[in-house]
Amino acid sequence: MTSAAAIRGRVLPPKRRTRVKGRSMCALCGVLGGTSEWSDSTTAPAAFAGRTQPQTRLRERQTRTRILNAVLKHHGVSVKDWSGNSYLLTSRTGRTAIVEAVGEIWAAAERIGGGPCDPLDERYLSTLGNHDH
Amino acid sequence: MANYSDLTPVNIITGFLGSGKTTLLQRLLRSRELSDVAVLVNEFGEVGLDHHLLQGVAESTLLLENGCVCCAVRGDLQKALRNLLSSRTRGDIPHFRRVVIETSGLADPAPIAYTLLSEAVLRHHFRLSSIITTVDAINGATQLDGFAEAVKQVSMADRLVVTKTDLAEEASTAALRAKLRDFNLSAQILHATDVRDDFHRLLTDDIYDSEGKFRDASQWSALEVHGKSSHEHTADVRSFAVIFDSPLDWTAFGVWVSMLLHRHGTDILRLKGLLNVEGVPTPVLVNGVQHIVHPPSHLERWPNADRRSRLIFIVRGLHRGPIERSLAVFNVLVNRPMALPA
Repeated sequence: MTSAAAIRGRVLPPKRRTRVKGRSMCALCGVLGGTSEWSDSTTAPAAFAGRTQPQTRLRERQTRTRILNAVLKHHGVSVKDWSGNSYLLTSRTGRTAIVEAVGEIWAAAERIGGGPCDPLDERYLSTLGNHDH
Repeated sequence: MANYSDLTPVNIITGFLGSGKTTLLQRLLRSRELSDVAVLVNEFGEVGLDHHLLQGVAESTLLLENGCVCCAVRGDLQKALRNLLSSRTRGDIPHFRRVVIETSGLADPAPIAYTLLSEAVLRHHFRLSSIITTVDAINGATQLDGFAEAVKQVSMADRLVVTKTDLAEEASTAALRAKLRDFNLSAQILHATDVRDDFHRLLTDDIYDSEGKFRDASQWSALEVHGKSSHEHTADVRSFAVIFDSPLDWTAFGVWVSMLLHRHGTDILRLKGLLNVEGVPTPVLVNGVQHIVHPPSHLERWPNADRRSRLIFIVRGLHRGPIERSLAVFNVLVNRPMALPA
């Protein structure tokens, strides 16, 4: 995020994160880093310690956001990573919602978009499986 | 925040009325390895019989009020566990390394698991270790036919302990075991009389215990190839294994499970997985109870030469085919080019 110091041309140290009751918080901007999620591989580093390719939390969030966009495209909802700690959802009509966790996305997408988010729906799956749509 | 495996493990001992929960618990508590266990006993009805039977662990025993440890009194469980925690911190009670919750015979174990995994304070101090369900060899089959509570208790279990086998016909016990397997493909089924020296493992083995996780999870890899391992039942609760040949993308898997549980979590009683994750040489273990999934764990090595991912579902009213197809579609999404905003 842009701060007054950055505008004045000062070099800022990298964002520092401190732990507050299990949540990370940016020490510069004070934004809480969201709740930890089981699907975030950084919550269980030992389980992924032998990874052959390096992975960072940011890179994983980028990949997740890309997958979420593919999944929710059919609901008319786009997803952006917001400051690395939340997800910004926008519908085709401009309605928005901000959620912290992946688990909260689906209810929000149903609220601002259209139709239930059901990964077992056969019609949805056939559309999702077709790259051209 | 402590590692998940460092949190105080909590075991839930459940089972239908008269199925031998307290007898099992008494036997477990006699084990030297389980000398530092705090016990929360639920009392169902006006007479606190269970509590009186467990007076030997009185200092760490809290009697939950108001009957069942289910939705209506989840606050009591929350309060009881918080009290245990603060008493331990203050040194008012002997230090305990494990908590055992004995439910009432009609309790639904799901809200207890939910409380442990989601409550703001408790989830930083306790973790769900395993759900152990006792089943009476004489009356168990009838109870499963007649009571939804019994089906739920069996379906959610990590271990099923068949009790009173010495009083039952061998053939009827075998039929009961087959019935239990129908409901729960992944649970270890044992007879209360079988286990002797290492009885404490009934509680201590779980996928976060450094010594017990290999024993606990390696049995999942022995499940049959899909197509032969589907178990269905008239009560609409069934368990099946979804076996995946190609490695799974972890991020896509997380999105898929999250979406699946959002829509169908109420009908997914348990979800367990021994996964071959793309780019990770060791197997990753996942474990979920209805809407909640534990942080993943792992094994140091594969149990055998089979490197396929296995996902075990215990569900109500869902079928294997759509789940399998859905995961296959999601698993390749990561290779798509960046989607343009809708």
